[in-house]
Amino acid sequence: MNALRVSWLFLKIGVINELQYRVNFFVQLLQSLIQVGTALIMLALVYSHTTELNGWSESELLSLIGVQVLLGGFIHTFIQPNMQRLMEDVQQGTLDYALTKPEDSQLLISVRMVQIWQVVEIASGLILLSVGLSGVQQSIGVVDAIAFGIALLIGGVLVYCFWLVITTGAFWIVRMENVLELFEGIYQTGRWPVTVYPGWLRYSVTFLVPIGFAVTVPAEALTSRLQWPTLVFAFVFGAAVFAFTRWFWHYGLRHYSGASA
Amino acid sequence: MSVDVARLPEAGRWRSLFDFYVTTMRTAIASQLQYRVTNYFYMLGMIAEPVVYLVVWTTIADQEGGSVNGITSGEFAAYYIVWTLVRNMNIVFGAPFWEYRIREGRLAGDLLKPMYILHYDLAYFAGWKFVVVAMWLPIAFGLSAVFHPTLDPTALEIVVFIFAIWGAYLVRSMFQGTIGMLNFWTTRGAAVFDLYIAVEMLLSGRLVPLQLMPGWVQTLANFLPFKWTFGFPIESLVGNLSTEQLLLGLCAQALWIGIGLVLFKIAWSSAIKRFVSVGN
Repeated sequence: MNALRVSWLFLKIGVINELQYRVNFFVQLLQSLIQVGTALIMLALVYSHTTELNGWSESELLSLIGVQVLLGGFIHTFIQPNMQRLMEDVQQGTLDYALTKPEDSQLLISVRMVQIWQVVEIASGLILLSVGLSGVQQSIGVVDAIAFGIALLIGGVLVYCFWLVITTGAFWIVRMENVLELFEGIYQTGRWPVTVYPGWLRYSVTFLVPIGFAVTVPAEALTSRLQWPTLVFAFVFGAAVFAFTRWFWHYGLRHYSGASA
Repeated sequence: MSVDVARLPEAGRWRSLFDFYVTTMRTAIASQLQYRVTNYFYMLGMIAEPVVYLVVWTTIADQEGGSVNGITSGEFAAYYIVWTLVRNMNIVFGAPFWEYRIREGRLAGDLLKPMYILHYDLAYFAGWKFVVVAMWLPIAFGLSAVFHPTLDPTALEIVVFIFAIWGAYLVRSMFQGTIGMLNFWTTRGAAVFDLYIAVEMLLSGRLVPLQLMPGWVQTLANFLPFKWTFGFPIESLVGNLSTEQLLLGLCAQALWIGIGLVLFKIAWSSAIKRFVSVGN
């Protein structure tokens, strides 16, 4: 309960802080339009040469892109700013300020920052998802919608865990700024269904770097492709990855000596 | 009161500049070799992009009977594997670096160097390329083993390719540098940079080989600088360009380097008048 209260407090402070920079909303809007426009052009190019991509129609793939943009917006709003701050804190030795507070360290370093204008990306994702789903033949039932919500939540947890595990590497490798490029590059794999990729890459973007998994499973739920065993497996996998991330964070912390210590 | 500044003879100035480039490049190599992990992070992030495109187009080619617009799976593999090298060569001191340089107050120090602002950036990033290419080689071998590219270049194509990747580096340096000047007017140039990159992706052959684009896009691309930074260097090695097309391509690159340099000089001379440094 205390964790929720702390998270809510940080969210409020972050939002108030960001609301001072209102022009950022328009900058973000323009950036989202460019991002979505590029994705739509790529989609149009692909489907000008084929009618389906590995069983996925244009509307279904548009839904998948919607999920990818939506999840990307969530990452850029809540996860990435915190991880960048963590990297900077480890580099500069200022992580002490978070560690000395009487609250769980993983919680604190995960909720300190929020870039609220990035929610424009979430809205763009929702629009794409709606347009995509309107072209899908099958109707979406309540069960599909619930499965989508659960799968999206698990996807968010998986991406958070991946980010935190990579960022924890800052305790050993000081120059970590390029990890952002690494993540942005890998995140592009989520724009296409994991079934498109050859075996070794499919397993990599499912288990090693669970980006494809995090995006494809929710999209499968909405396009009536998701089997319940997959969702159960996703839940168990997400819980296992979260447990590993928590252990790895504490393991990494033991290698932090701080600058002022 | 006028001050007489002793000027080196013309030959001496070129010699000094050459020495400066060699020394800066060697420094860049020594420095970047220290950060192998972070360099690999950057490289792997960039390699994900072409691998995704490659997989998608290979899938379509397989579905459509082996090729798309006459491009086979092996040719797609060759295109996107060479793409990874060209992309690495195309990392230049661009707009985000200019933003960092101004924000962190480093420009004041750079202005004290007794040479034009571009030289240090060009030399440092050029040196970095040698580290990047060395680190790229194992990745290229790995990608080739997995995707089986169809690549059979002639000696002329290899020579033109070597010049073309450095030409691409210079074209992109000039235009990215010019866009970077926007940072002197606004701290919110990110959307403009994104727009520039989006246009580049569509008109350069970065997103897909230009052959897959509609005819009017291909025509438009011929008259803009973007194609000469991605499409042409890649095509010079993997395509079937005639000797005339190869040489014309290098000439086009030289032209765009010149245009880019003029644009940069105009933008720089206006931009630097706005620079105010406090505390340096």
